[in-house]
Amino acid sequence: MSTITQTVQPSQGQPALSTVVLRSWKAAIALSIFAVLGLLIFVLLGVDTQGQVSTFRLSQSRDLIQLPDLVLPTFVTAVVSSILLFAMAAWSIWITTHSRKVPLWLVVVFAVVFMIGFLTWAAAGSTIPVPGLFVGTITLSVPLIFGALGGVISERSGVVNVAIEGQLLAGAFSSAVVASITGNPYLGLVAAAIAGVLVSFVLAAFSIKYLVDQVIVGVVLNVLVIGLTSFFFSQLLSPNAAALNTPERFPRINIPLLSEIPILGPALFRQTFIVYFMYVAVAVIYFGLFHTKWGLRLRSVGEHPKAADTVGINVNGTRFWNVSLAGAIVGFGGAYFTLGSVGAFNKEMTAGLGFIALAAVIFGRWDPLKATLAALLFGFASNLQNVLSIIGSPVPSEFMLMLPYVVTIFAVAGLVGRSRPPAADGKPYIK
Amino acid sequence: MSDSTRPPAEPAGAVAAPADHPDAPRGQDAGSERWSQAMRDIVGGSAAISVLAVFLALVVGAILIALTDEPVQKASGYLFARPGDMFAAVWDSVSGAYSALFQGSIYNFRRPGFAAGIRPLTETLTFATPLIAAGLGVGLAFRVGMFNIGGRGQMLIAAASAGWVAFAVDLPAGIHLIVAVLAGLVGGALWGGIVGLLKARTGAHEVIVTIMLNFVALYLVSYLLRTPGLLQEPGSSNPQTPPMKPTAVFPDLLGPTYNLHAGFLTVVAATVFVWWLLSRSNLGFQFRAVGENPNAARVAGINVQSVYVSAMLISGGLVGLAGINQVLGTVTTGFGAGIDANIGFDAITVALLGRSRPWGIFFAGVLFGAFKAGGFSMQAAEGVPIDIVLVVQSLIVLFIAAPPLVRAIFRLPTPGTKPRSRPTVVKKEVTAG
Repeated sequence: MSTITQTVQPSQGQPALSTVVLRSWKAAIALSIFAVLGLLIFVLLGVDTQGQVSTFRLSQSRDLIQLPDLVLPTFVTAVVSSILLFAMAAWSIWITTHSRKVPLWLVVVFAVVFMIGFLTWAAAGSTIPVPGLFVGTITLSVPLIFGALGGVISERSGVVNVAIEGQLLAGAFSSAVVASITGNPYLGLVAAAIAGVLVSFVLAAFSIKYLVDQVIVGVVLNVLVIGLTSFFFSQLLSPNAAALNTPERFPRINIPLLSEIPILGPALFRQTFIVYFMYVAVAVIYFGLFHTKWGLRLRSVGEHPKAADTVGINVNGTRFWNVSLAGAIVGFGGAYFTLGSVGAFNKEMTAGLGFIALAAVIFGRWDPLKATLAALLFGFASNLQNVLSIIGSPVPSEFMLMLPYVVTIFAVAGLVGRSRPPAADGKPYIK
Repeated sequence: MSDSTRPPAEPAGAVAAPADHPDAPRGQDAGSERWSQAMRDIVGGSAAISVLAVFLALVVGAILIALTDEPVQKASGYLFARPGDMFAAVWDSVSGAYSALFQGSIYNFRRPGFAAGIRPLTETLTFATPLIAAGLGVGLAFRVGMFNIGGRGQMLIAAASAGWVAFAVDLPAGIHLIVAVLAGLVGGALWGGIVGLLKARTGAHEVIVTIMLNFVALYLVSYLLRTPGLLQEPGSSNPQTPPMKPTAVFPDLLGPTYNLHAGFLTVVAATVFVWWLLSRSNLGFQFRAVGENPNAARVAGINVQSVYVSAMLISGGLVGLAGINQVLGTVTTGFGAGIDANIGFDAITVALLGRSRPWGIFFAGVLFGAFKAGGFSMQAAEGVPIDIVLVVQSLIVLFIAAPPLVRAIFRLPTPGTKPRSRPTVVKKEVTAG
């Protein structure tokens, strides 16, 4: 899909300079496919929506600033967005033929227009609560973001973390039990971190000390934690649910002023302690990873352990403690299940989200910010399903549910492409 | 992560380099030396490690069962007054659970006669059948350096294809079964092949793609199952298919009293096929070469991209065989979207325990099938949740993967080393450089 064009520019008297231009058609092809898809769905399937309107509710009733509902004529919006999509796809092809890279902002704008067209078409004759869409997105993303952050730290230090699922589940379990016994959600949060660290200890010990393949340890730890938590749930928690499985939940804290920002305010600033903690964690980890001594050492250990060892960094020690730190961070995400959203522990309540977080790590190319964005994207996708299934949509709900995953596959295949892990990711260091 | 998803490496014990002893004692001493060395290799070798790993895992399981058992908890209240009660309670709970596990998976002594008593063993093999098939698929992908978490999707698509042929098409007996199995294999192979194609063509990471395809397959099959005229049973509103036609169902191997069906034979054949493929065929050599080092394989002239595609096609087909076995053998009365029964994920542990070797996977599958069969009877008879089986299974894999840990626990010698009591005297002069 990539073509290499060699241009040799001979000029008088000077040595010939040759430039190699790498043309990638992937982005252009992906955009074109989506433009055609958009045409098929919004316009051809939406012919019978002529005359209907789609309403976007922009404010909740308790908001200070009330925005009027946005009412769009369904079919006209579909046609306009389809034309825009085709224009952008054509432009990306033009850019590619001129040997330049399709800019990221074009892809982002394309995605937003596609989303608007899609939502308008799906909401023909009904109303979509936009603030609710974002609130749900954050709610569903929190464990994914914590999981992805833990994954990034662990893999940047050179230890593949497939055990995110297990760490989340361990965090959820222990936070539920501790918060129920003590009645204090903050202690529950600490317990969740400790549980995540314990899972990490096993991962680190087996992969660093006993040199077991890290993917094996990760997969097996997931099964182990699922087994342990389910076993204790059936044996201890469900017979004594009142004493052991009714955790005190975090209260919702509204941040003055910020929470009144239209549309985004309620989603971002009317949240619980864990969510605010997450904002801090994302910022601190991003800063720490790329601008501090700790981050430099961590990355060097994951990229080139021998070089790190040569300059006196204790490779295995650094890995061990950073994998443990990653476990603590993922554990916080687990606590969100029991102390933030659901309110009680249940068997296998993480339901494969750990693997989605792993996908976010890879999708985000092992970068904390990009991984966070990828996690938000997955959260948005799964929340969109909920919203659409409530308002009812013109195509079978299963296909709506499928769409985010198909989009992710396209995105991974067309836009992200070959993602490069840290060089020593998954390789034990033997002195 | 692509580099990290290597096939499970050699036992980690191999890393501890065997001590070099160039000046082995000669003559009479050599014989006894060799014997003691052989003994050390046996007790420290991988067979012993496997047995001890299973034993250790069962011990941990026993501790968990005893800790959460109510009579034990009561007896522990007056432990110092009457310690005997406590130990009796522990013995009761643990032996009860494990004997139920054994009687549910291998031989039931409470039934009269051998024919009835051996029934649990056939149950074990029935449970093992899809686990082995899916484990072979996952293990094959491991050998090529890929991590196939897409077992669920591949099983669902294969089950849907095979199931549709089995209940909607009329064909003579025998041919019907073969066509249904082929349809399922093609379905699973295509679903897996998409992954290989995307990885080869665009570099998309197989972990993401397989996870996403699991969801896509789940929703696709759910849609087919609730849409009249596709997979849904006519006249029913349940998301379930009609029963399979008897012409397309795997025949019972041991008569109608046992659940074991001919699908088990397909799995044995698949194991032989994978063994032949990996160790005897040209393609299998390419698979292993790519799995060891894709760059070196490319330099050696192997088309790595086409290896990825063909490996995922075969892997998907093998995992699909698990789905086929579910719908044409185990659950022939019509299936829903839960037909995969989490086998796609269990298969990962099976492949790991079998170290991605075909026969290793076969026996790992039988072992896990036994745990599954026995786990249900343990839950029914003793009230011990079946989840304990997951704990034991994962601990077994964990212990087997780390031989040094097991050796340290049991104070076993490392094979290839000499006893500590007789330190080797270095006679050679050490030369610099």
